[in-house]
Amino acid sequence: MDLLSNLSLGFSIALSPETLLLAVIGCFIGTIIGALPGLGPSNGVAIMIPLVFTMKLDATAALVLLTAVYYGAMYGGRISSILLNIPGDEPALMTTLDGYPMAKQGKAGEALVLSGVASFVGALLATIGLMLLAPILARIAYNFGPAEYFALYVLAFCTLGGVASNNQAKAALAAMIGLAIAMVGTDNASSFTRFTGGTLHLADGIDFLVAIVGLFAVAEVFFFIESHGKDSAIGVKLGKVIIPWGDIVRTKWVMLRCSVIGFVAGVLPGAGASLGSFLAYTSEKAIAGKSGNFGKGDPRGVAAPEAGNNAAAGGALVPMLTLGVPGSGTTAVMLAVLMTLNITPGPLLFTERPEVVWGLIASLLIANFVLLFMNVPMVKIFVKILQVPAWVLLPGVTMISFVGIYALTGSYFDLILMVGFGAMGYFLRKLDVPTVPIILGILLGGEMEQRLSQAMKLGRGDWTYLFSSNISITLWIIAVAGFVAPFFVRRFIRKPELITD
Amino acid sequence: MNSDRILGSVALVVAVAMFAAATQVQEAMFPNPLGSKTFPMAIALLMGISGLFIILKPEPNPDWPARQRFGAIGFATVVLIAYAYVLPDGGFLIPTVFAAAIVSYLIRPAIIPAILTGVGLSGGLFIIFKFALKLGLQAWPDAFM
Repeated sequence: MDLLSNLSLGFSIALSPETLLLAVIGCFIGTIIGALPGLGPSNGVAIMIPLVFTMKLDATAALVLLTAVYYGAMYGGRISSILLNIPGDEPALMTTLDGYPMAKQGKAGEALVLSGVASFVGALLATIGLMLLAPILARIAYNFGPAEYFALYVLAFCTLGGVASNNQAKAALAAMIGLAIAMVGTDNASSFTRFTGGTLHLADGIDFLVAIVGLFAVAEVFFFIESHGKDSAIGVKLGKVIIPWGDIVRTKWVMLRCSVIGFVAGVLPGAGASLGSFLAYTSEKAIAGKSGNFGKGDPRGVAAPEAGNNAAAGGALVPMLTLGVPGSGTTAVMLAVLMTLNITPGPLLFTERPEVVWGLIASLLIANFVLLFMNVPMVKIFVKILQVPAWVLLPGVTMISFVGIYALTGSYFDLILMVGFGAMGYFLRKLDVPTVPIILGILLGGEMEQRLSQAMKLGRGDWTYLFSSNISITLWIIAVAGFVAPFFVRRFIRKPELITD
Repeated sequence: MNSDRILGSVALVVAVAMFAAATQVQEAMFPNPLGSKTFPMAIALLMGISGLFIILKPEPNPDWPARQRFGAIGFATVVLIAYAYVLPDGGFLIPTVFAAAIVSYLIRPAIIPAILTGVGLSGGLFIIFKFALKLGLQAWPDAFM
């Protein structure tokens, strides 16, 4: 009955006019961002950060707005995947495999509606899963000491680098870049500055929001300059939107299975939505066997990844809220916002600030219905927005980033740093070095060192203290396995590449 | 191949520099068992190891853009850095017109649409930031006030 009283507390917050309005606005903006080619949930939320601070929202309101944008972008991502064959980000890649062929066969409307419904099923089930699982995990997390937290952080980096990337060395390098950046500034333990090169500008460290907006938003501008805005052309024309009831009913088990797979993948710290949609698609392809028409416009191939990646988006909120360890790039960005608002996610959040957690969960339940409505009957409006040309959109993104960061930190030095991160993000992504571990490193670096230091104190300087409890040993084993396993598995399962025609 | 080797070498150099810098970090008067050096040193070590791995097992080169496109990206970087310097004192309106128009032109080289984008974004965003979000933005350069 705890759950019911918590939910009623949540709905009392979520149904207040202000929160409701923010959820609707967030869904709308999110769907637009997701639908725009080249922009996905993580850059979408990154662009929203400066706006959240300039609007001076409180923690609940900010969280509701950003998660609504997050969910919206996950829904909207399928629009550019299906119509343009351009995924907004990695999780949306799997939807292009069957969505674009379907659109080319003149069934763009059907593909959009079917994937919209699949997104709804995935996201709704994941939100319910979040509601049930998060309090349990929060209770377990009470028993975590510094050694367990340190192991958990290592686990997050390992699964992120192992399962979710193509090259462990590059993922490890990315994580180390992030951690190294986190070391810059004043050391908490000694109050001396480290790695600042004597510059006063760096004495407070590097603000992770500057790094995030640079790596995600500004880097995107460079990519568009490189491609000359070619990606902005409309691919497939959308005809009449018909609701394919037959396909929806036929894929109901696909959606349910993929929601479960996606949710589990999302809960794994570090794995996130791309793994969710990938596993969902490949398992459905295997189940369908020879009867399937996968890769050539099979409706199941559209429903599976969308249910999977939206469920993973909800699942990724579980470790972020209960443990303070983000499960994906976007939740890492959201964690950064929460930390800036002086909210530390973790088990204490559930007891000390239940209104934040349950207000968020209730808002997400509402947001799902809003999104279903926006993405099925109103889908044509968003298809129109796809036609905003890149040469207007990207300068706009740049200017919003500049003003937002300037309003936030008030320092021209941070703006230059942001451009620097943009250039770095461009080169690293060109070289296939993932940027999410960098963000995670910058976010968790300080905390990680502090936990290690506390553990050392408790163990009186003995390193074996790190492996002294069953929980921490388990976490270390999963961490090592998560990092090493892909070496063996990769030979059998390959991530598909984007098919161009 | 070569791109990855360069990446790995840069990582290795940064790692060595970071390790060297870490040895110079001042410890607290009463340091805890971990100290202020150990964690950064471990990071530098792992960074170096990943750099070595990338050098030893490089992947194929990415599709680098043609020299002209690279120039455009470099130019955009310079413009944005200049914009960062000018924004605090130069007011919002004028620098934004230039920065937005140049970025727009670099994405699609058409003069008139780029200028219109610059003017439109500058004015439109100013109104949103100033009046809808109530940000204390300065419209014109200090000299005009």
